[in-house]
Amino acid sequence: MEKDGNRKGTRREFVRSAGKLIIAVPVLSLPVILAKKMDVKGYVWQIDPYKCTSCEQCKTACVMTPSAVKCTNAYPMCGYCDFCPGFLRQGAKKFSTAAEDQLCPTGAIKRIFVEEPYFEYSINEKLCDGCSKCVKGCADFGNGSLYLQIMHNLCVNCNQCAIARICPSDAVIRVPAEEPYLRKELKKEPKEPLPRHNLTQARFKNNRLPGS
Amino acid sequence: MKITLKKYIPYLVLAIMLVWHTVTKAQEQRFPRPEFEGGYTFPEHQFQYQRGPLWEYMDAAVLVLALSAASWLALKKRSRQGLIWLSVFSLAYFGFYRQGCICAIGSIQNVSLALFNDDYSMPFSALLFFAIPLLFALLSGRVFCAGVCPLGAIQELTGFRQVKVPRKVEGILSAIPFVYLVLAILFAATKSQFLICRYDPFVGIFRIDAPYTMVIFGSLLLVTGIFVNRPYCRYICPYGVLQNIFSRFSVRHLTITPAECRNCRLCESGCPYDAILQSDPDPAKKRPKRSWKESVLYFLLIPVMAASLAVIFYNLAPSLAIVNDDVKLAREIRLEKESGIKAVSKAAVAYFESGKSEKELYDEEQLIIGRFKKGAPWIGIFLGLSLGISMFRLTIRKIRTDYEPDRGRCYSCGKCFRYCPVKLNT
Repeated sequence: MEKDGNRKGTRREFVRSAGKLIIAVPVLSLPVILAKKMDVKGYVWQIDPYKCTSCEQCKTACVMTPSAVKCTNAYPMCGYCDFCPGFLRQGAKKFSTAAEDQLCPTGAIKRIFVEEPYFEYSINEKLCDGCSKCVKGCADFGNGSLYLQIMHNLCVNCNQCAIARICPSDAVIRVPAEEPYLRKELKKEPKEPLPRHNLTQARFKNNRLPGS
Repeated sequence: MKITLKKYIPYLVLAIMLVWHTVTKAQEQRFPRPEFEGGYTFPEHQFQYQRGPLWEYMDAAVLVLALSAASWLALKKRSRQGLIWLSVFSLAYFGFYRQGCICAIGSIQNVSLALFNDDYSMPFSALLFFAIPLLFALLSGRVFCAGVCPLGAIQELTGFRQVKVPRKVEGILSAIPFVYLVLAILFAATKSQFLICRYDPFVGIFRIDAPYTMVIFGSLLLVTGIFVNRPYCRYICPYGVLQNIFSRFSVRHLTITPAECRNCRLCESGCPYDAILQSDPDPAKKRPKRSWKESVLYFLLIPVMAASLAVIFYNLAPSLAIVNDDVKLAREIRLEKESGIKAVSKAAVAYFESGKSEKELYDEEQLIIGRFKKGAPWIGIFLGLSLGISMFRLTIRKIRTDYEPDRGRCYSCGKCFRYCPVKLNT
């Protein structure tokens, strides 16, 4: 009996050590395989302003409340309009800064007089909730200088962005962490349409404003 | 006359703009940039950056330290108290400070996405968070579950009562993580979605901010966990499956008794997870005669199960593909074309705006379904093998002379320590 148990024990030990080996081989080889497919610097989420259809879901889909998505103004593109379609509600009776004339539900857009007849529009990010009403207004009737970006001082960088999951136009993409913003004013014209699921955004890469 | 005209100017402008909008939608740069006379320079927007990747390596270092501490506390120091304090630390650091999104459980999907897609390269920190706990599982059992995983820690700290789940119910429920794991891998590999992250119950608590569905799910689990300890770990956690498999082959493992087991049976009721394997008091006397034929039958059943589940999952693939947004959109558009049900979802609206052709969409749908069909049999094989092997294991019987933890299911939580009357004099 004892001999039998002993024999069984060794067999079991053999199975166990074989199992260990079988498990250990993929575990040790997996990092080697993945090493090729690795990016040391990592990725963050960002909205491609040229894919965004300003569907207003960024406001509610983000895991943060208020959303980490904020509107931002690309000043080199801005027309500095007196009748700013991103600032004034459509159908407003007067072009005034009164609350009932403003498009922004939280009053986050600040209007400053520059010179006749131009006004500068800036976003108060503390008030902005990323509803993209102004973005739609500006894109439809203006220069499209207002656009949404995920602000990385607020974003918690979820493994799967909750906005990316429901974004109807797949505008929320992974971008390299060292270039976390896709600034609309810096865009180079793409030579050909990029593939639908491209994860790194070549056309925004390494282009800075002259003098910045 | 002039006054009335002035009144309508805004409407006129709007009408003109509307017409303009329909004509030149794609061209956004409508108005030229003004020439400022007063030397106006536009303000430079200060975009802020995230904390650097260096911090993520610090997270990895904290992970290694915490895992080493957990191994030491569970195996060497045998201190349940210490493990509880480690849980508090992990909950505070990985949970509340890092807000739960540097997570070993979710990293399964990054690995899967990176393995099967060439256009994604996973962050190094995610790989570390995937591999290091598994490495520790090979060395010293599931110490990651014991006190490092923030999801385990929050349940460990709220499990006040111990209600034992009947064996059969436990057996059936503990099959869920296997299915969850393979589905999560499949969905990530096909770039459909990150299932685990989507249904993470506690990340909302870590951020103190969540959609109400997550709040309901998370708090239900926590309330259940007061009585049935660690419900997420036992019945949902997909990373637990990997930990379970790896831990079975661990070099060392936590023991119930510090010295020699006296078979006093005191620890029998000590484990809320039913992870204590009972010893056979007198193997020579009370061993029921088991036929080896049964073992052979179940052994032969393993490949049969793997094959049949592979076939089942292959046929399920088109239905599973519905989780992919592109497939969903293509089906919606097809439904509109074929039976006139109007596509009203925001994705459909965006699709119509994008001007993409129907053929492109359907081709993409077929491509994704093809990928599902390629992957589904493999997950079927994995499920069949797991099920077959676990059933085969029931037919073979190991004679135990000690009470010892089930290496697969034991969380190394150390609850059994205090039930053992054998104490070491140190």
